[in-house]
Amino acid sequence: MARDVCLSISSSPGSELAATAEAEAVAEAMKFSRDKIDEIKFALVEACINAFEHAGQSAAGRVDLKFRVCHRPSGAEMLEVTVADRGKGFDPSRIESPRLENKLRGGNKRGWGLKFIQSLMDEVEIRSTEKGTTIVMRKYK
Amino acid sequence: MNESCRVETARDGDLAVVRTEGYINREGGEEIERCIQSLLEAGVSRIILNLEKTKIVNSIGISILIEVLEKMMERKGALAFCRLTPTIDKTFRIMGLAQYAGIHATEEEARTALSATA
Repeated sequence: MARDVCLSISSSPGSELAATAEAEAVAEAMKFSRDKIDEIKFALVEACINAFEHAGQSAAGRVDLKFRVCHRPSGAEMLEVTVADRGKGFDPSRIESPRLENKLRGGNKRGWGLKFIQSLMDEVEIRSTEKGTTIVMRKYK
Repeated sequence: MNESCRVETARDGDLAVVRTEGYINREGGEEIERCIQSLLEAGVSRIILNLEKTKIVNSIGISILIEVLEKMMERKGALAFCRLTPTIDKTFRIMGLAQYAGIHATEEEARTALSATA
């Protein structure tokens, strides 16, 4: 049976550490390895930062998180982390994969978050509309 | 909740070691950038960034580290990282950072590698 832990954080820098503390507690209880826990935390920080930037500082600027212990078809456990904001959304298909060689030639150095999330988690789904964005990330144990 | 980043430096001629402690977010990245800028202005051209006491970074902090690397490259200097957690190491390699800056297990290894660039 799936078990959920829900959390709502403000969309202000630093709040992501409250999210990672919760993720760490859930992942430790599931007996994830230290390296995998750190990867979940890193990806979660990036998802939160993305949400903060889209949610802004408005009244709707809260970010909702859900941690769910669930199972793969094989029966093996996995942790599903959902990060949802009520911001203006974005089109994930228009996000270009960052290239360091280009970023070292001047210009914007940002734009790594989604690449990190997709590289560190086993499954990632992004649903975004003009009413908000939800990122669902799963890590296999 | 917050975790500020502390930075200390140790200079040896034109080589310096910058040791960080805590979260490298925007503020942490900017603190590292200020320290390294001061070192560059003082004539340092080779820098080891020791992240042993940093367990978490974010992409905003990383973007500032890219700016630092860009400045070092413009000055024909060299930057090396050491003592990274496995996750930070993995992330830096995902970015392709190892093509432009050394990534080493220890400060001594980084120092040896940078000595070869002198």
